[in-house]
Amino acid sequence: MRSQISERYLPEKDSQACGLFGVMNTTGERFGGEMAINAMINMKVRGNGLGGGFAIYGLYPEYKDYYALHIMFERHQLGAKEIVDEFLADHFHVVYDEEIPTNKKATVLNPPVVWRYFVSPRQYMEEGNNLSDDEFVVEKVMYINTRIDGAYVFSSGKDMGVFKGVGFPEEIADYFMLDRLYKGYIWTAHSRFPTNTPGWWGGAHPFSILDWTVVHNGEISSYGTNRRYLEMFGYYCTLYTDTEVMAYAVDLLMRRQGLPIEVVSRIFAAPMWDIIEHMEPERRELYKTLRMAYAPLLMNGPFTVIVAHHNEMFGLTDRIRLRPITAAAAGDFVFLSSEEASIRAVAPRLDLAWTPPGGEPVVARLHTKDHLASLARAV
Amino acid sequence: MAVSCARYGLREMFLGGVRSLDELRSRLSIDGQGAEIDARDLVHKEINDLIREAALSGARKITLLNVCGQRYIGTRLFLPHQDGKIEIHVYSTPGNDLGAFLAGHRIVVHGNAQDGVGNTMDDGEIVVHGRAGDIVAMAMRGGKIFIRDSVGYRAAIHMKEYTGKVPVLVIGGTAQDFFGEYMAGGIVILLGLNLKPGERHHAHYVGTGMHGGVIYLRGEVAPHQLGKEVGVLELDENDRQVLHQYVGEFARHFNLNAESILDDRFVKLKPVSKRPYGRIYAY
Repeated sequence: MRSQISERYLPEKDSQACGLFGVMNTTGERFGGEMAINAMINMKVRGNGLGGGFAIYGLYPEYKDYYALHIMFERHQLGAKEIVDEFLADHFHVVYDEEIPTNKKATVLNPPVVWRYFVSPRQYMEEGNNLSDDEFVVEKVMYINTRIDGAYVFSSGKDMGVFKGVGFPEEIADYFMLDRLYKGYIWTAHSRFPTNTPGWWGGAHPFSILDWTVVHNGEISSYGTNRRYLEMFGYYCTLYTDTEVMAYAVDLLMRRQGLPIEVVSRIFAAPMWDIIEHMEPERRELYKTLRMAYAPLLMNGPFTVIVAHHNEMFGLTDRIRLRPITAAAAGDFVFLSSEEASIRAVAPRLDLAWTPPGGEPVVARLHTKDHLASLARAV
Repeated sequence: MAVSCARYGLREMFLGGVRSLDELRSRLSIDGQGAEIDARDLVHKEINDLIREAALSGARKITLLNVCGQRYIGTRLFLPHQDGKIEIHVYSTPGNDLGAFLAGHRIVVHGNAQDGVGNTMDDGEIVVHGRAGDIVAMAMRGGKIFIRDSVGYRAAIHMKEYTGKVPVLVIGGTAQDFFGEYMAGGIVILLGLNLKPGERHHAHYVGTGMHGGVIYLRGEVAPHQLGKEVGVLELDENDRQVLHQYVGEFARHFNLNAESILDDRFVKLKPVSKRPYGRIYAY
């Protein structure tokens, strides 16, 4: 099967020193992009204009039962769009599609065409593969990303979407007019400082599969191991950057295997063996089992990620915290950021600001105060 | 395709759009020895240009208002031909590397600080009325830092000392992992004032790679929380004098009672070797 895949360079790894931000309203109330955009402006020095992006949840309430596909087409290969249109018509009911509106005056370089499609899977009985709708969508997204040159799926979840590209985040926001056109109850944002792999529109963050999105600061040095393991489950990395493995790993562990983030964080950022050695017997057994069963999904190297999907946003650093994170709360809002100042820039009156130890997730969930659980060992 | 985009898209995020002193002078008001700078939306170079301008104009107490994330505040103030040191008050949230290379001045932060407070600081004093992030006092080689609350990972990493120059770091709360990592000199005091009764410090790998200097700990740590390169010792009379002096200073900065802090038990961590990795690559 792989031999039919178009000739694409598969990167070995990527490293970055980026800016991350996430904000969620835990009552589910939708709000505009000002906070996310202004927080990224505050952290401008964390990026170098080679990538910026946003993920928004609660984005398309009028189409919330349909998968929203944001697909990018490179301008020198617009033929790809015809192939994708045909492919989508074969496999989905496309209830509505349009070019994502853009501000032509925005200062961005070489923007591709970005189109959105609202679709529901059209599974033929004779295929007899009984895939769930989610599996079906993952398979089709992988097909487009690996087989159709010049087309990349930015996001493929329900009631959410990813907007990203080459530029500073505020330029990308201006290009897609995020502050004027959209509202959501979670916004995550990323400012990129690529060091090992090229800055290009598909390589900007967030990375996404279904409604999972990941923004990432750091370098996943276990990328090769992680990528090969994920290929066994049908996930193919095509986007020239290491963050992609994190998105697919989250989808595999959390959606397909049903593990909560409190467990998944111990797989990605497993405690050192000598720390495990000093745990109480029951916990020791659990942590040992996780390390052994999921060794290929240990994420090595420095990282901070903010992951979101419907109803949930969480932040996690590597186990020895080689990249920063600050969490904060103000009323119904929960914030995660690379820097405390960027939170204070958009929410001057915070109830709390804290930083948990490495490997300990901060989990914001709709209608809960779960984020406060990470306070116990925080500073 | 992708690579050519990268080449043309690269922009300067530090110095792009930096304004000249003339354009910024309205942000600075000087009144005799006092000066005030409105830092709202200024980038770090603009703030440091204004601080330097104020100092050269004779100001000795400079208040920065509306600081929010700007880095390197207080650096670039080596003024050998000026008398007297400068006191800088920061409201409210300075960015990373506050007081980097600090040349003998005093910085007071009325809020929380971020990562890298006192990075390679040479002399002077930094007082933070709040918490601080990771790598506080990294490679610090002189002066004093007082943090009222807790600090993040790797505080005092590779702090150093030489002959008469001994840096001091005092932390009122607790610290996260790798506290005192690769420490080569200096005095570090961790008070644990925000721990509950019976609660141990949470940090692991305390003093990993440490090969100089001393850490004084108030509050409990289990032996497995310590790096392999440190030993635990009881205090002697000299240690008590050191603690009396610096805990006293700490308490005065934050209006606390030094005696009641000093009444509790402290332990001392010292490296067991000056070259812990000396044989690692030797065959």
